[in-house]
Amino acid sequence: MFSNLTDKLETVFKKLRGAGMLSEKNIKDSMREVRQALLEADVNYKVAKRFVKSVQEKAVGESVLKSIEPGQQVIKIVHDELVSLLGNKAEPIAPIDKSPTVYMVCGLQGSGKTTLCGKLALMHRRKNKKPLLVAADIYRPAAVKQLKVIADSIAVEHFSLEGKKPPEICREAVKYAEKNFIDLVILDTAGRLHIDDELMTELEEIKEQVKPDELLLVADAMTGQDAVKVAEEFHKRLNITGVVLSKMDGDARGGAALSIREVTGCPIKLASIGEKLGDLEPFHPDRMASRILGMGDIVSLVEKAQETIDEGKAIEMQEKLLKAQFNFEDFLEQMNQIKKMGPLDGLLKMIPGVGKALKGVTVDEKNMERMVAIIKSMTIPERRNPGLIDGSRKRRIARGSGNSVQSVNQLLKQFYTMQKMFSNMNKGKFKGLPKGMMPF
Amino acid sequence: MFSSFDKLKKSLGKTKDRLIGQISQVVRRRKIDDDLLDEIEEILIEADVGVAATMRLIKSVKLKAKERKLTDGEDVLTLLKEEITVILARKGSPLFNENDPKPVVWLIVGVNGVGKTTTIGKLATKFSQDGKKVIIAACDTFRAAAIDQITIWAERSKVDIIKSQDGADPASVAFDAAKAAVARSADLLLVDTAGRLHTKANLMEELKKIKRVVNKAIPNAHIYSKLIIDGSTGQNAINQVKIFTEAVGCDGIIVTKLDGTAKGGVMIAVAEELGVPVDFIGLGETIDDLQRFDPTQFAEALCADG
Repeated sequence: MFSNLTDKLETVFKKLRGAGMLSEKNIKDSMREVRQALLEADVNYKVAKRFVKSVQEKAVGESVLKSIEPGQQVIKIVHDELVSLLGNKAEPIAPIDKSPTVYMVCGLQGSGKTTLCGKLALMHRRKNKKPLLVAADIYRPAAVKQLKVIADSIAVEHFSLEGKKPPEICREAVKYAEKNFIDLVILDTAGRLHIDDELMTELEEIKEQVKPDELLLVADAMTGQDAVKVAEEFHKRLNITGVVLSKMDGDARGGAALSIREVTGCPIKLASIGEKLGDLEPFHPDRMASRILGMGDIVSLVEKAQETIDEGKAIEMQEKLLKAQFNFEDFLEQMNQIKKMGPLDGLLKMIPGVGKALKGVTVDEKNMERMVAIIKSMTIPERRNPGLIDGSRKRRIARGSGNSVQSVNQLLKQFYTMQKMFSNMNKGKFKGLPKGMMPF
Repeated sequence: MFSSFDKLKKSLGKTKDRLIGQISQVVRRRKIDDDLLDEIEEILIEADVGVAATMRLIKSVKLKAKERKLTDGEDVLTLLKEEITVILARKGSPLFNENDPKPVVWLIVGVNGVGKTTTIGKLATKFSQDGKKVIIAACDTFRAAAIDQITIWAERSKVDIIKSQDGADPASVAFDAAKAAVARSADLLLVDTAGRLHTKANLMEELKKIKRVVNKAIPNAHIYSKLIIDGSTGQNAINQVKIFTEAVGCDGIIVTKLDGTAKGGVMIAVAEELGVPVDFIGLGETIDDLQRFDPTQFAEALCADG
């Protein structure tokens, strides 16, 4: 996420670091590149211009006072400015403080509204609330069915009315919710163009009738310069209360989304980071700014790890690793732990510095699955003592897991290399390795 | 011919207002100089043409103006129109080759939410109206109710559809559909695939597999990969084209949702950088709103007066 922009700024500041002193000229030079990077990242032209101007003013003014580490100083200024562009602090989504609370979700076609509705429902169901998914998209073929399938898959109630107009459907849904002890009503509206007057009026009507507590605009992170126009128009007509960035797991630089915040003043509340219904995160401007600047998003990573990793197991694992005693069973366990944390490539990008180092590297989750399959085709004694695995066992394992003997060999080789590495580490050869680091 | 031009002009009206309209305003009673070109640069970037492509456009306009000794600001319009046409027309794109064996296969790919299914619905209608026998393969087995959606489109356009259940292996559906296309001597097999972000290696592998499997079912088939791009996409479109091309090739792109306020810009960037032809553009919700892309007409509509 945002890794391309990070690369750009890293190059810019490398140049700056080399310069030693921070003169007006080299700030100007680097700001030109910051501006270009922002534009390439789809940040709105005017927003980029304003941003660069304000950073430039601050940087030149301060450099005279304390030019000890000019590069660092500029990074800090750029960072602070980015944070303020992104909205300073994480704004939470409206709490469910009355029943029913109503969320209304709108946006262009294909921005990811229906999926987001599912994610919101799941998020609140996990907090023991009772959500209701309302199908107010009567235009796109099978949209009602899509929402129903999603609702069923997360055991959430679903509401639709045939032959009725969306404002009426929404009104009836709220009535239904009042009678049926629903905590949260989520209205999935049809995708529409911001310039489609008729359909925008329909949204105004829905809003008028149900008075939503949260009116969310879903914005595709890949959108170009036009994102600002879209957000402005939706905001003007509906007074939206928040923005959700969707498809954040792609490699879009996401600049346009940044400008939405700046131009409309609406907070970005959530980030949608994958196809699974659990892939929804709060949007944190400070972390995002750090991410843009290549400082990594270590806070999110730690939080994610805390949520999913069993600490006792982690300590146990660490001890095993240090004694070079770990075997394929531990290997499997660790894979499961990591898998619980979500898509690997997403995780890696959160680690400082990795974004850059991994440029062009794609994490193949299939490969991980293949490894798991191979290990699962081993007998328990084999897993505990890989030394047992001879040629005939290898052939059996290969057949059992649907892989070639070469893949089995590869995995074994990887395993032994790792074991050797940790045994060396234990002998003090790799003192620098941080505590708690995973072997892959 | 005229009516389609008018439609294009009308639908692109807003782009024109923003792009050429703005440009024609700034060039009025001006001389060609750096200030003027800076302002034009801003307008192009705000239309998603992208930094690199914009810089190159400006550079060649500057060069041509010098060559032809043009100094009048309004000449910039003519030069831009020429340049844009040249970039967009650089690579011709025949939809089919005359001697392609039947059935021809179109593999429709793209990231999530760009309008693949809708576009297939429109394409099916278009080609079956042209007298071709079309079969749709419903290979988006991932998104909830995607199969229902494409089935409705198949019914509307009265073409056959081969489908399975949600969650089925898309490659196996593709295989069955390819076999059916041969058996029913279809002219065109349209393969709908699930939206996928190009950054997901495993999903891109799945796409390769679909292509391989179709090739297995129809060994001499000509499989065209058509990439659908959302017209409001920014510079990420370039990455999309690059990575989808690496995976399954890209014989043409279809740019959808050009009836909003954002349009066209990134098309120029993609054509400029990667030379992939644009086959169709989507200008609205109805079937007739999917139009064959004509670079000259497009540039003309973009630059037309008033």
